[in-house]
Amino acid sequence: MTEPQNFWRRFLARPNDDRGKAIGIAVIVAFVCAVVVSTTSVLLKPRQDAHLEAERAARMAAMLDTLPGMRDLMQEVGVTALETRMVNLSTGRFTDDVDPAGYDATEAAADPETSIEIPSDADIAGIRRRETYAPVHLLERDGELMLLVLPMRATGYQSTIHVMLALEPDLRTVAALSITDHGETPGIGSRITDPAFIDRWPGKQVADDTGAIVIEVVRGTASGPYEVDAISGATRSSNAIGSMLSFWLGDLGYGPFLDRLEQEGL
Amino acid sequence: MSLTHHVTAPLIDKNPVTLQILGICSALAVTTSLSTALTMSIALTAVLVASAAVISLIRHHIPNSIRLIVQITIIASMVIVVDELLRAFAFGISQRLSIFVGLIVTNCLVLGRAEAFAMRNPVLPSALDGLGNGLGYSLILMIVGTIREFFGAGTLFGHAVVTTVADGGWFQPLGLMQLAPSAFFIIGLLVWAIRSARPEQIEVSEYKLQQREGHR
Repeated sequence: MTEPQNFWRRFLARPNDDRGKAIGIAVIVAFVCAVVVSTTSVLLKPRQDAHLEAERAARMAAMLDTLPGMRDLMQEVGVTALETRMVNLSTGRFTDDVDPAGYDATEAAADPETSIEIPSDADIAGIRRRETYAPVHLLERDGELMLLVLPMRATGYQSTIHVMLALEPDLRTVAALSITDHGETPGIGSRITDPAFIDRWPGKQVADDTGAIVIEVVRGTASGPYEVDAISGATRSSNAIGSMLSFWLGDLGYGPFLDRLEQEGL
Repeated sequence: MSLTHHVTAPLIDKNPVTLQILGICSALAVTTSLSTALTMSIALTAVLVASAAVISLIRHHIPNSIRLIVQITIIASMVIVVDELLRAFAFGISQRLSIFVGLIVTNCLVLGRAEAFAMRNPVLPSALDGLGNGLGYSLILMIVGTIREFFGAGTLFGHAVVTTVADGGWFQPLGLMQLAPSAFFIIGLLVWAIRSARPEQIEVSEYKLQQREGHR
């Protein structure tokens, strides 16, 4: 019983410039700190995840609220939230291989196993890698698509901008656009979240009659259904959203999925 | 020196921000609104008190050759714990503070107090010294935060105090106040005000300019 105590006492009694003591103290401090940090992290993880999940749900709910008649439609169908399904972006088909709960697209995009590299000339959204699987949110009534919400991201002026794009059943008309996350300059680029900018999107057409993606953010006077005005003073943040849509609705993004939906339905 | 002195001295007389000009980076970043400034103040004060107490507790057994790394390890662990707690219990605020809670590790104030005070003093005075310096930092943050939020957005703690032009009132928010440079100006003015009231804080200039000789 007294043996370890003696050892401990002898260890502490050693001079502070002793090499053994220096290593010993370093190991003990590192170990105790590691235990404290990992215990807190493990204990608090469920709470933090609940917050993240709630935040995602709140953003989605806020966007649905901006769509006229959407709540009534959902009530009619008998759901309170959109259904989330995973899509294989390369094949354009739904998949059950991945569980949408807890799926982190950014993490998946960083892993070579679950993502592809985008050729630099095609990388207009500036994201370098694109994940293979993406979660899409949809509302269906009697096997018919009523609303499709696609998560997207692009590099803006100084951060990655995350967006939810809601499309009407024709898959061409923007129902709503919602910025879910960004770190643009406060007061300048951050104005992309202002209603003044967000409200410019609903009703715009992302593709023309041939199906080519033609939506564009322009400076000054936007005219017609394919053009959206940039925010003056925040052109690069605004343009990033234009390129984001062009990229994500194109062949390397949701293009194959949207084509398939158009031809085969859900 | 009485124990209360450890707490009161850093408020104005030895204020870490205005006298020692420490912790400026976070003071610029988190003072756009009062709620973020308050959360940051509490987080930093908690880290300062806890790390000062722990470091003081084991000060006799920290080998001199590795003392900085031991201090940083302890401080960094405290910061991670505080960050995790904020994320679990004050999620909204922690999103707005983003990386700045994590950057408390690199706040010179925390390591400065550990190195200058906690390494040489018993636990209680060290903890009180940490508390005092934390409160001194908090005081400046709250003043800067109040000025920036009021003039920058017309609100205090997110509640509208005056009606802005955008909402049909008369108050035109000062966009500059939402940007980092305004914090520099405000802290500069505070330093000036405090040093005018307490001239003993004015530093002696290290070099004196001499008149050039033989030149007319």
